[in-house]
Amino acid sequence: MTDASLNASETGLGEYDAGFGDYFALLKPRVMSLVVFTAFVGLVAAPGGVHPVVGFAAILFIAVGGGASGALNMWWDADIDRVMKRTANRPIPAGRITESEAFAFGIALAGISVVMLGLAANLVAAGLLAFTIFFYVVVYSMWLKRWTPQNIVIGGAAGAFPPMIGWAVVTGGIAPESVLMFLLIFMWTPPHFWALALFMKSDYETAGVPMLTVTHGRKSTRKHILVYTVLLTPVALALGFTSIGGPIYLVVAVLLNLAFLKGAWDIWRRDETMAQADAYRTEKRVFALSLFYLFGHFLAILAQAMLAPYGLGGW
Amino acid sequence: MGLSREHDMHKRRFGRNLGLGLVLVGFVALIFGLTIAKVGQENFEIPNSEKIGRDE
Repeated sequence: MTDASLNASETGLGEYDAGFGDYFALLKPRVMSLVVFTAFVGLVAAPGGVHPVVGFAAILFIAVGGGASGALNMWWDADIDRVMKRTANRPIPAGRITESEAFAFGIALAGISVVMLGLAANLVAAGLLAFTIFFYVVVYSMWLKRWTPQNIVIGGAAGAFPPMIGWAVVTGGIAPESVLMFLLIFMWTPPHFWALALFMKSDYETAGVPMLTVTHGRKSTRKHILVYTVLLTPVALALGFTSIGGPIYLVVAVLLNLAFLKGAWDIWRRDETMAQADAYRTEKRVFALSLFYLFGHFLAILAQAMLAPYGLGGW
Repeated sequence: MGLSREHDMHKRRFGRNLGLGLVLVGFVALIFGLTIAKVGQENFEIPNSEKIGRDE
């Protein structure tokens, strides 16, 4: 931007010069925090170990890869983001960053993160990260999101890969434990998201995005929450009997799954009249519980791994 | 209007340059740390191609 364009911007005719924070916002930092936490747990729980610097670099590049997916998602979904109130202030719809800048930024970060993870850790971890970015951007954003109300079910896989990548950083491979950690997040995503969809007034319909609450109705969404929560339970409990599980994990998993099942049951038994009468109290409670549920499970895995050297870990 | 006047755009541009500079410095430090960590590992071996070159 030249001084001439500065004058132009003062008159409202020129372009906005984006700040560092605008580029950071493209990385979806809140999503990145979940990626960092679950990847870290996968890395710590894996048998063996890596040098702390290698571990730090690996988590950082996994986070950057996740951020790159976010930037590419914002580039592709800019038209939807402009329509919806919740996303209208994102850097692209707000006019702070152009679509082509976001695309270049996302592609560059995706390439850097995958190559650097390959160099810092191994090719399996790098391959999984590349597949995660591809899955989130191409399979979820470009293909499923605007096509099917099951978008969140299959698209949720993208958010489930980080612990598998963390595990692969240490072991250089895939194991039943890492697949179960993947399945835990994969099966958790639908009930978590649909509980939110029940009480959040969103304008997905205006944007042309098929959401289960709109396409199949709220009654069906309540049934879906219950079914997915029932299917999630054996996955969560199975992890407790693997090498990364143990008594601490199993106690936490049993308690959290009982609470989550009870919440899903409560949601299923309610109808819209009951929900509106108490301003979606149960739905909000179950959504908050779902966040605690996932955090609790991974925290328990982390605790098992940390206590293992003192003889207080797994089985 | 002269360039000396402090404009909001200047602040944003400075913030962006400073942020990018810090990221680059951090990246260099990380690569340095990774190199030390990898070379310092017990099982570190000089790649075959370099061994051949050195032997010759």
